[in-house]
Parts: sequence; structure tokens; C-alpha cells
Amino acid sequence: MTPSVMPEAARKPSSGFDLKLYGPFLALAALIVLGTIVNPVFLSPGNIGNVLTRTAFIGIIAVGATFVITAGGIDLSVGSLAAFASGVMIVVMNALVGSMGAGLPVILVGVLVALGLGLAAGLVNGLLVTKGRMEAFIVTLGTMGIFRSLVTYIADGGTLSLNSEIRTIYRPVYYGGVFGISYPILAFAVVALIGALIMYRTRFGRYCAAIGSSEDVARYSAINVDRVKLLAFVLQGVCVAIAVVIYVPRLGSASATTGLLWELEAIAAVIIGGTMLKGGYGRIWGTVVGAVMLTLIDNILNLTGAVSVYLNGTIQGVIIIVAVLLQRGTVARR
Amino acid sequence: MTFRFGLAAALAAGLMVAPVAGWAQQKIKMGVSIPAATHGWAGGLNWHAQQAEKRLEKQYPNLDVVIVTARDVGRQANDLEDLVSVQRIDALVILPFESAPMTDPVRAVKQAGKFVTVVDRGLTDPSIQDLYVAGNNPQMGEVSARFMKEKMGGKGDIVVLRGIPTVIDNQRVDAFMKEIEGTQIKVLGMQYANWNRDDGFKVMQDFLSRFPKIDAVWAQDDDIALGVIEAVKQAGREKEMFILGGAGMKDMIKRVMDKDVLVPADVLYPPAMIAEAMEITAKHLVEKAPIQKEYIIEATLVTPENAAKYYYPDSPF
Repeated sequence: MTPSVMPEAARKPSSGFDLKLYGPFLALAALIVLGTIVNPVFLSPGNIGNVLTRTAFIGIIAVGATFVITAGGIDLSVGSLAAFASGVMIVVMNALVGSMGAGLPVILVGVLVALGLGLAAGLVNGLLVTKGRMEAFIVTLGTMGIFRSLVTYIADGGTLSLNSEIRTIYRPVYYGGVFGISYPILAFAVVALIGALIMYRTRFGRYCAAIGSSEDVARYSAINVDRVKLLAFVLQGVCVAIAVVIYVPRLGSASATTGLLWELEAIAAVIIGGTMLKGGYGRIWGTVVGAVMLTLIDNILNLTGAVSVYLNGTIQGVIIIVAVLLQRGTVARR
Repeated sequence: MTFRFGLAAALAAGLMVAPVAGWAQQKIKMGVSIPAATHGWAGGLNWHAQQAEKRLEKQYPNLDVVIVTARDVGRQANDLEDLVSVQRIDALVILPFESAPMTDPVRAVKQAGKFVTVVDRGLTDPSIQDLYVAGNNPQMGEVSARFMKEKMGGKGDIVVLRGIPTVIDNQRVDAFMKEIEGTQIKVLGMQYANWNRDDGFKVMQDFLSRFPKIDAVWAQDDDIALGVIEAVKQAGREKEMFILGGAGMKDMIKRVMDKDVLVPADVLYPPAMIAEAMEITAKHLVEKAPIQKEYIIEATLVTPENAAKYYYPDSPF
């Protein structure tokens, strides 16, 4: 674990402002200005708190996705896994109320179950990709369908609801906080910080980038490619589990629609943040900004009556494309 | 030699076909094609369809019910082809994903000589169906608007959460808007919440930030309403407004039954309609019972007085 120069710092041109690095932050600033113009309520602490708390799920998942994508992989199963883990967690906690009584121990068991499930799912994805020699796209497309249908099956096609006593005890994990900052925001910050440390300050982080940029070169450089990739998927699974732990207390339910399209949102957050979809270059803080931007777009659209609701998708699409164009445009000019 | 072989083959084929044909005459097959359980209401639909299958197969030993679920219009069209060619159904009960695109596939089933029952969403050519069982979407919007009008005394500020952009959603919202026309009820904001709890929660959080005073919320759907309730609670504004959902989810009916002030009523749009359609079709197929061409299920207003009648604690929805 030798501290080293960041690879992108070495490539940074000596002259001028690096838009690739700061582009996402500029886009975020522009979006905040837009939001304020649209409706002054936008900057109220209540709204900012809501937006950041909401971002936490996608944000935490996207931090994990940054590693997988940097290492040249992709994980499409995260949304379904979130739904499946939420469902199992709820079922387990409901089942334990009878024997253990509604209390903290039950919730702890639930949390452990979710984490275990996330870890196991990451292992399965990772092993199939590395030992099974399959494309990550196909493996996770498969597990995406499996997890989604499993949650539909345990929910009998309907909705799984958490026992109301447990719900009351567990609820503050989403709605509570310290010093006015909600726990989901804190969890998101901690996950991002740890993610950044791993990405920029450990060998594992650099190996991810190396594998993503050229798997063969990485292999010739005596990097254990399979192990690094496997670890990236496991990290992703654990991130999903952490997201689940703070998602379940929000509505206390899971159904077939839980986490629908979260995989696309997470991937979008990663790419908006400046990470390359083809791998080899990963930005954790960019991902954080990307996730916040995605939530902000929805938020701003909800705060204004000026745009026809039928055009929501258009606005979202345009903002995403412009945000990425800003970064890539400068790269081409260099 | 070849002649004799051909004859033998023909005989063998005849022998094989004959019992199959006889079998098919005894056993009546009813195909049921519905959307997969991708949201709460569809989950209820699947549950009621499966309950009806068990009930009907017990009641009529010579009836075989085949349920297929599809995730989108294209897959549902494929399902219909399979039901006719592989399963060799005698009758089809279908809840089409979308009206217009499913019209021709259903027409093909009809032309193959099958009995066709259409549920919930009407085809663009109603002459295809032998039987139509449906909820009433415009009426649902109307009943909702009438209730809110009365409850609010004809004036106040409301927000509307819509479903997924579809014909159903448009019919409900159009009828709702028409009914509140001329009153002093003002719609402050309207956004899609996709018949989904999480989206209901998010959209309502933003509406609460945006509007300092909201007298009522028309959520149109019970899943959305449950998300809305959480957002309102989080903001601590439960005393300010009431919420009207729709469909008849057990959690919501329970709240109405328990006189929750936040949820004074619910408007029915019961997923159990699929069971009703299957029962009428089966009765007609097996007992040759005469049928009406149309059964429209009313969008009943559920209040604390009648809620117990619509409470199904065992349903997943």
C-alpha cells in the first residue's frame, strides 16, 4: 500500500483548467443555479436535506459501481439485488419478531442478513465473470432477472411490508440524524470517503484502473486480474446491501418495483462523474456529484410547473448529455 | 413397399391424432393472459387470477386453466400465439397491456374460433370480444373528484399525482378535471408518480417543499398514496390535508376502516375483476350459461361504513 501519485495527475496537462476533472462539479454548480432560479424554495435546508437523503441509495450503489466500471466490468443486477435483499430482510425480520420480540436485535439480524446477501451476490457475479469466463454484461443481466423474479416470488407478486413495531424502531435510520444531517447522508459520506481512499490510495484501486485500461497488460504485470475483478463485484454487492439497510426503513416495504432501473441510474451517475464506461479511469467524487445531479434534475422538475410533465424525460436526457459533453468536448480539443 | 409404409404411417398418425382430439373435446381449456406482477395492482391481479384458477378447476373437473403473464405488449402478443397453437385453448381471457397494439393479436385469436373475454382495457374494435368485464376508469376519476369536492366544500388547493402515462391514467385525470371544473378547487401541481411508492414519496416531498398550503392530495392509486403518507408525516403536515388513493389495497382499506383522518376514503378499482371475468367465462364454457355482453364494475367509494366489505387480508395487494 505505497502511497503514490494519482495516475490522472500524471496525465494532467501543465497548462489550463482540467475540465475532465472539474467538469462534473461545474455542471452541478450550473444545476444549482438553475434550481434557484426556478424556485427559491430549492435552496431551503428542508429541500436540500430531502434531495441528499434521497440520493444516498443510488449514490452508495454508484460508489461500488465506480470500481466495477473502472475495472472494465458492469453490474446490471444492482437494482434487482436491492429489491431482493430488501425483501429477504423484511421477511426475516418479520419472522423473528415472534421469537425475539420487536427490538434492536431483530434489526441487527436483518442488517446482517442484508449484508450477507449483498456479499454473496457479489461473489456469485464475480466468480461467474472471472472463473466462468463470461462477459459481465451477460452474467449480471442474468442475475438481474433472477433477483427480480425472486423478490416477486417471495412477495407473491404483491408487496412485503415490515412489521409495524419493528418499523417504529427502525424508522429513525432513514428519518433521523445528528446535527440536522440525516443518517443516510452520513452513510453516503462515509461510503464515498472510504471509496475514495480505496480508489486513490490503495493498490487495489490502481489495479482496477490498470485492468480496465488493458487487461492483458495488467496480467503481464503480474496483477492477479481475477482476484481484483472478483473483489470489485463483492464491493459492489456490499454497497448495495448498505443502500438496502437505509432504504428499508423509509417505506418499510419491498415489492417487484423496488429498485427498478437503479442499475441505469447508478451507471449514469458514474459516467456523469467522469468515469469511463470502457474502464481504466475512475472518479469517486465525480460519481458522488453525478448521483446528486440525477436527483436534482427530478427535484427541479417537481419544483416547477413551467415544463409539461410529458417532457420530463427530455429535460433529463438533455442535461445528462450536456453534462458529459462538457467533459468529453475538452478532452477532444486537447 | 413405399405404399404400404405410407399407409402404415397414415394409420399410425390417425391413431395418434384420434385420442388427442377426443381428449380435447372432453377437457375444456381456458387461457388467461395478464400483465406480470410488476406493480402492486398487477400483483393483486396475479393473486386473484391464481385463486380463481384453483377454485374453478376444483368446481369444474373438465376445465383446464392456463395463466400466462407478460412483461410488455410484444411478449403478450407472443403469448397469445402460443396459447392458440401450442396450448390449443378454447377460450381466452385477456387483460391487454395496451388497447390499440393488442387489438389485432386478439382479433387473430377470435378468428381462430375462440371465445374471447376482454378485461379492464377495451380493445379499439369492441366487436371482437364475446364478453367485456371492466372497471370504469373515467368513473373512478369522477367519483374521486366528487368526494373531494364534497369533503372540501368546493374550494381549496390540491396536488395531483398521476400514474404512468397511459390511456388509463388520461381517462382518470380527464374525468377528474372535468368534475372539478367550475368549483374553486385549484390544482397547484401535477406530476407522474408511476403507480409506485418510492416515486409517490419523492414527488410528494417536493410538492411539500414547493407549496406551503395543500388542502388535499389526489394520489389516484394506493401505492402512490402510501408513499405520499410517509412524505406528509415526515414534513409533520398531517393535520393540514387529506389523501385520496384508489384501487382498494388492503392496507388502505384498513386505514379507512380504522378512520385514519389522513385517509378518509378510497375508490375501488379492484384487481379481483380478473377472477370475475374468469368465472363468468368458465360458467359459460362448461354450463353453456347465457351471458350478458358487458359487465362494468363500479368504481365504488369506500368509506368507514362499508370498508369491511372490501377488506381482503390474505391478498398480497
